[in-house]
Order: sequence, then C-alpha cells, then structure tokens
Amino acid sequence: MDLRTWILGRLSLEAIPYHEPILVATFAGVAVIGLAVLALMTRYRLWGPLWRDWVVSIDHKKIGIMYMVLGVVMLLRGFADAAMMRLQQAVSFGDALGYLPPHHYDQIFTAHGVIMIFFVAMPFITGLMNYVVPLQIGARDVAFPFLNNFSFWMTTGGAVLVMMSLFVGEFARTGWLAYPPLSGLDFSPDVGVDYYIWALQVAGVGTLLSGINLAVTIIKMRAPGMKLMKMPVFTWTALCTNILIIITFPVLTATLALLGMDRYLGTQFFTNDLGGNPMMYVNLIWIWGHPEVYILILPLFGAFSEIAATYCGKRLFGYTSMVYATIVITVLSYLVWLHHFFTMGSGASVNSFFGITTMVISIPTGAKIFNWLFTMYRGRIRFELPMMWTVAFMITFVIGGMTGVLLAVPPADFVLHNSLFLIAHFHNVIIGGVVFGVFAAINYWFPKAFGFRLNAFWGKCSFWCWVVGFWVAFMPLYILGLMGVTRRLSHFEDPSLQVWFQVAAAGAVLIALGIAFFLVQIYVSWRDREALRDVTGDPWDGRTLEWSTSSPPPDYNFAFTPRVHERDAWWHMKQSDYRRPEDGFVDIHMPRNTAAGFILAALSSVLGFALIWHMWAPAIAAFVLLVAAAIGHTFNYRRDTHVRAQDVTRTEHARTLQLARHV
Amino acid sequence: MRHDKILKRLLGAAPALLLGGCNAVLLNPSGDVALQQRNLIYTATGLMLIVILPVIVATILFAWRYRAANRKARHDPDWDHSTRLELVIWSVPLMIIIALGSITWVSTHLLDPYRPLSRISADKPLAAHVEPLTVEVVALDWKWLFIYPEYGFATVNELAAPVDRPIRFKITASSVMNSFFIPALAGQIYAMPGMQTMLHAVINAPGDYEGMSANYSGAGFSGMHFRFHGLDQAGFDQWVARIRAAGGVLDRAAYLALERPSENDPVRRWAAVDPDLYRLILNRCVRPGSTCMSDLVQPMEK
Repeated sequence: MDLRTWILGRLSLEAIPYHEPILVATFAGVAVIGLAVLALMTRYRLWGPLWRDWVVSIDHKKIGIMYMVLGVVMLLRGFADAAMMRLQQAVSFGDALGYLPPHHYDQIFTAHGVIMIFFVAMPFITGLMNYVVPLQIGARDVAFPFLNNFSFWMTTGGAVLVMMSLFVGEFARTGWLAYPPLSGLDFSPDVGVDYYIWALQVAGVGTLLSGINLAVTIIKMRAPGMKLMKMPVFTWTALCTNILIIITFPVLTATLALLGMDRYLGTQFFTNDLGGNPMMYVNLIWIWGHPEVYILILPLFGAFSEIAATYCGKRLFGYTSMVYATIVITVLSYLVWLHHFFTMGSGASVNSFFGITTMVISIPTGAKIFNWLFTMYRGRIRFELPMMWTVAFMITFVIGGMTGVLLAVPPADFVLHNSLFLIAHFHNVIIGGVVFGVFAAINYWFPKAFGFRLNAFWGKCSFWCWVVGFWVAFMPLYILGLMGVTRRLSHFEDPSLQVWFQVAAAGAVLIALGIAFFLVQIYVSWRDREALRDVTGDPWDGRTLEWSTSSPPPDYNFAFTPRVHERDAWWHMKQSDYRRPEDGFVDIHMPRNTAAGFILAALSSVLGFALIWHMWAPAIAAFVLLVAAAIGHTFNYRRDTHVRAQDVTRTEHARTLQLARHV
Repeated sequence: MRHDKILKRLLGAAPALLLGGCNAVLLNPSGDVALQQRNLIYTATGLMLIVILPVIVATILFAWRYRAANRKARHDPDWDHSTRLELVIWSVPLMIIIALGSITWVSTHLLDPYRPLSRISADKPLAAHVEPLTVEVVALDWKWLFIYPEYGFATVNELAAPVDRPIRFKITASSVMNSFFIPALAGQIYAMPGMQTMLHAVINAPGDYEGMSANYSGAGFSGMHFRFHGLDQAGFDQWVARIRAAGGVLDRAAYLALERPSENDPVRRWAAVDPDLYRLILNRCVRPGSTCMSDLVQPMEK
C-alpha cells in the first residue's frame, strides 16, 4: 500500500460532487451563511463566550438548550430532504422523470429518515429531558455532568458526519435502517453505508451515556420527600425512556458493529453466502427500532401531561394509572418488534403473537388519552399555545394510533406494509405525537429557559400551518396507500395518482411555512423580549418545581434543596403559603466546566471520518489520541468548584427585589 | 364473513364514499384473498372507531365547554380520580382488543400465505383434487422472473393465471430482498436470496392488474413492476400458446446473463426453461462449479 492510500484512503477529488448542480448550489448557500456567521461572531467577539459559556459547559440547562438548537438545525436539513422528495413525487410521472435521478433520490429518503429520527427527534427529547428533569426533581445538575457534555458532543459529532456526506462522498442508498444484503459490501461498495454506520455509532455512544446519566439522576438525585409516586409525570416518562435507551441502544451498537465487520473485516453475518443471514439483521435492528419509537414518544406524553394539568388549572386525572400505563408501554415495547416484518413469512402463530402484543399497547396508550381528556373535564382551560398543540395532538394522534393497530393485524398488514399508508401512519404518530409535543414543550418551557415568553401571534401562525399542513400532506398518502402505491418510488406510470401527490406537496409547503413562522416567532420574541419578560419565574401558574425558580434559573438551580410533600410540589407550596428563603445561604458545591467532552467527541468524529474513507494512518492517529485524551482526562482533579455564599446571596437578593417590584 | 357482514355494511359505507372517486385497489380487489384482507381492514377499523370517534368528539366538546372564558362550566381543580371512570377507560379498550385479538388470531391462520386455499371465493367452494397452478418467482435486479414448471416456460415481467384456479407462488430472490406484491390479488410477501417464501392466492375476475416489488431494492427499484393478467381458460390457453411459439431456452448461461442488473426491462418470454433452474437459483449455485447451499446445510425445499 503506498503512502497516499495509507493517508487518504479512497478519498480523492472524485468524491466531491461538483458535477451535481443541486449539491453545488446547496454548498454555496451553506458556505455563504457559514461565512456570514463566522464573520459576525468575530465582529461581535463571540468566540470566547461561545467556548466558555457553551462548548465546555457542563450545566445541564446549557446542554439542554444546545440539544434543542441541534434539533432545530437538523430539522431544517431533514425537512429540506422531505420537500425534495415531495417535489420529485409530484412531478415524476410517465415520460417526465423528475429532477432527481435514483442515485440522488435514494440518498435523500435515507438521509431524511436517519436525520429526522437520530438528529432531530432524539436531540429534541434529550434536550427537553436534560433541561427539565433536574429542575423538576429539585436537583442542581445531572448525576454525571461531564458525561452530559460529552454525550451532547458525540451526538453532534454524528450529525456532523451525516452533514459531511452531503459534500464529501455520498450518503447511504439503502433506506433508513440499511437492511442487508443491500447495505452489504456486494451491493453498496461505496462510502454511503460507512457514513451511516459511523455517524450512528458516534452518536449512539452519546445517546447511551445520556440515557444512563438521566436514569441515575432520576433515581438518585430527587429532592427529599419526592417518592417515586410523587414524581412529576414528565420525570416518570423520562425515567422509562432512559431505561429503554439503556436496554436498546447497545443492541443497535452491536448490530451496526456486526454490519461494520461484514464491511470492514470480511465476516459474513448478514451476507447471502457462507452461512450469513440477513433476516438476523432485520430482527436485531427492530429489537432496537421498535422501543426507539417509544423512546421518542414517552417524554412527550409526559410533557402533554404537565401541560394539560397546568392549562386546565387542575390536577392531572389518574396520575397512578398514567404511571402504570407508562411502565406497561415500556415493557411491552420490547415484545412487538416482529410487526415490522410480518411479510417475512414467520408463520401464522408467530405473526399473531406479535400482532396481538402490538394491539395490547393501545390499551395503556388509550388510557393516557382518556386521562388527558378527563383532565380537561371540569377544568378551566386557557388556550395558550402549548394547550393548543395538546388538543391538536389528541385529535391527530388517535387517528395515527388507529391506523397503527390496523397495521398490527397481520393479514391487513400484508396489503398495507411498505405502502404509503404505512408512511402516512408513522408520520401521523411521529408528527402528530413527537413533533406537536416538541412544539408544545418548547412554547411551555421557553420562558423558563430564556426569561421571556414566546410571541403568541407567530406561534399561532406556525401552529395552524403545521397542523393543517400535516393533514394536507399525509391524508393523500393514506389514500394512495389504499390505491396500492408503495414507498420509496422516484417515478410513477399511472397518471391518475398525480393529483394526490400534488395535494401532498401543497401540504409540505404549508409545513414549510409552519417551520418558517416558528423561526420568525423565535426572532420576534427575542426582539420584543422586554415586553415578554417573565419576572415571576412562574408565567403559567405551574405545578411542578421548575416553576419555583427564577426564569432563567441560576446556575445552581436551587439555593436550598426543596422539600417535597405532595405530587404537584410547587402547586402545593403555593397553596400552603410557602415563603422563599431570603437569607442564610451557604456555599454551593458545583461541577466545573471542562473541554474534555468536546475534545473526545471531536477525535471520535475524526476517527469515524478516517474509517469511512479507509484512511488508516489518520484513523490510527485519531484512535491513539482519543485513548490518550481519555486517560489524560482521568488525571484532571479540578472537577468541582464552589459558588460562594455571598454570590448566592447576591443572586437571590436580586430575585427578591425583582419579585417585590412585580408581584 | 358471517358476523362481520353487518359491521361491514355499516362501516364500509364511509371509506367507500370517501374513496369513491379514486381507484382504491385495496378496497376493491379482484382476488378472494385480497378481498378477505379488505374485509378485515373494514372490521378492524369499525371496531376501533367505537372508541376513537367518541374520544375525538369528547376532546372537541370538552375543549369548548371548559374553555376559561366559559364561567358557567363547573371548575373542579382537585378532582383527579374516579375508580368507576378508570374501570371504564381500561376495560372498554381491553374488550375491543380482546375482540380484535381473536379476529387477528383466526384470520392470521386462515390467511396465512403458506396455507393452501380452502375456497375459490365466498360462494365458490374448492372442487376436489384441484391442483394449484405453481409459479416460481425470482426477484432479480430489477425485474421479475416467473417460471411455470407445469408448462416448462418462463417470462420476465409478465404473469398470467386462469380465473378461479388456485395459484401457488414459490418465491425467492437473486441478490437483495424484494417484496412480491399484486395488490388486486393478495397481500405481499418478501422475496429473499437463498430462501423461499410462499403465497397462495386466486384471481376471481379477468383483468390486467399491476404487480410490483414493494420493498426497496436499489437504483432500479422504481421500474420493477410487471403486469398480472387474470384470464379465462381460453385466454390463458392462448397466452400459453403464444409463449410456446416465442421460442428460446432459458438455460443456466442465459440466466446468468439475465441476472445482471438492468432497469425498466420489457416483457421477455422463453418457450423452454432448464427444469432445475429454480432449485439452483434458490440454492445459489447457478454458476457452474459453485456449491449448492443444499449440499452445505439442510435442504431448503423438502
């Protein structure tokens, strides 16, 4: 092997897609915006603050916000992919082949799925849990603050690898779960699947560590008095989600490692020959994949519960059954994976078993819907944005749930599997559940995080565009599915289908407006932040502990750890004439910022990139540095710091004055 | 049918009206298996609507009635539990799932694609000693090969069967996974290399139907569809005669050339086919000199 391949592997100028005008234009756009951001940051001297206050921060609140920013940025990319697919399918009929050749189109639908699940939905829910859980349980940070920062940067590293595939080489053309043998070396010899594997492996480390971190935080760091059955429902759902992450993500890691070995080391786990069996991969990936959808939805179920109780001005109906429903869903989510491939021919008894376990999940899920319904009953509902999203969710989600149970009936699945009906179903539950939930949660907790509420007018514009846009974009797909149209097609012969794709494309335009108005909402709210200022820390008359802090909360969250007596702890404190402590503050022990997480994640991403391109020398160098940096970090004994009592007193005194001025 | 006939009439009306304007093949299929699958969709949807519709109505109703501006509505901020309500919200969905689960168990066994048909259609029982028409299906990159062992010929991207005669498909693939799907005839089943799946079905009305791969398989996937002709006996005989007249032999060498990736392939016909070809494809040993999987492990086909 000569020096050049030893260093550069299969990377060459050929890998830069300068002959594809769409990509060149995209690159130009990204470059211009990127340079503008860099210039502005230099102009306003923001590099130092960015590094000190954000990049190396181990504050769970900062990390939570960074996760949300990552989610929004990647949402734009994932949606751009969706829009391109909608446009292609709306025009590619008969002799018209559309503007995307299969080579490009197939990368787009793969990237859309991977990005939306791993780099939009996952950062969103991890960000929400990171921000809210410690505040809800009366803790000052998570159990392992450094790991938290490391997890975030690993997730970001994975996202960076996916984004690089746009301009250096290509992404996988396999569908978002990369089924072999198509994803094996024989049928996908290019770097696309390697980008897929290493992006998910790097991000997967982050997700797993963050799951362990949050689960330990919830189990070990609750305020005194907060027994398990007194935890806020959001924290309960976060606990179950993180347990799911801990159990399932190692399965994904192992599965991708086996696929990686097939591609790198010549093993034959999932190939057609020499005893390999691709069916094993399909089973393994869904043993991770099905719990994954509950990982995504459970925290939002929790958020809807908090929101419903708050805006209905009423205790949550059926707290106990809500908790048990969550636990039942957690357990059952492991017993249903085979419903993703009834059509593999497992036999009637196996298929029926998995079909019925799937249906059983609809019972606790239905109980949850009823609980929100009866929380509204005899409530006094304030239709602020989070509550609007909640009602839209309830109506949308039950339809998605119904089509889901329909797909769980194996003989019905035989005709609906892989059809656009299936696509409509899972967008119905993921947009109607996860995305609506994320917007509800953002509008709900934003004032806590930033100290000012979000503008309601632009929020409503975004809300209506999203909700109407969703229905317009996906109802046609249900219909097309019933017309026997399957997924992942880039070209159609039957002209009678075209009108439905055009309607769906119109829906995508509405959703695009919904996203644009959301960005406008953020900007307008920031511009008018003084008028929207939340001085009380409790803008919605909340019920849980995060609303007892100032908005935004101080670094240490709570000057004194609160004592919990009742379920809705803050509501109970407000009812029983709680007085905020105003003196007697002591030093607060806090973790210290460190750059180690960022450095380790950066080296991991470099290692991933080198492995993707078979750049063995850089890969070895990155690996050695990675191990050295990890060992080096263990010698860092300056792990903690103290917020001095006088600083706490000053901060708390300022809040006392602010509250006195405004209340 | 039987018990779901009433349900079907009641609830079949809604989607039928909604989709009346378009040609929803899944709701109006021509094969008995697909028809039973359609009926199952109606029954399951109807059962679930028993819960779903009241929930949607109640959500809208409560949202309106208990809006903050309506001071006449009762506000009960501490009401958070009712054993009787809890009983209802857990037991009603449970009942429905018990019903749907039973239907699922029975229908999954009755409509198991491996199970030979027990009837031609709802009002036509299966005559005794009817041998099904066997078709061996191979998903290639990116076209479909159909072998008719009974007639000793083969086609690409064209399938035909006589109306009301049971068909037994034996399905495999040459390279990656595909899914064999004729929406008007019956549900799909995966086509996988080195493995065989099966599908039993029957077409009840003559016609020209669309067939496709339903599982993404790479660059040529969008063009991987074929026509399925449901023909009366005379028409089928003519079709057979036409292929017999086409000439040509699909032997191992011709197959190895055919197997190479190609896109949007036209219909092709061979009057004769190597009788051992399907077994060799299934066992991944068409190439002379390669070892058959059946010689390495347990045979795939008994």
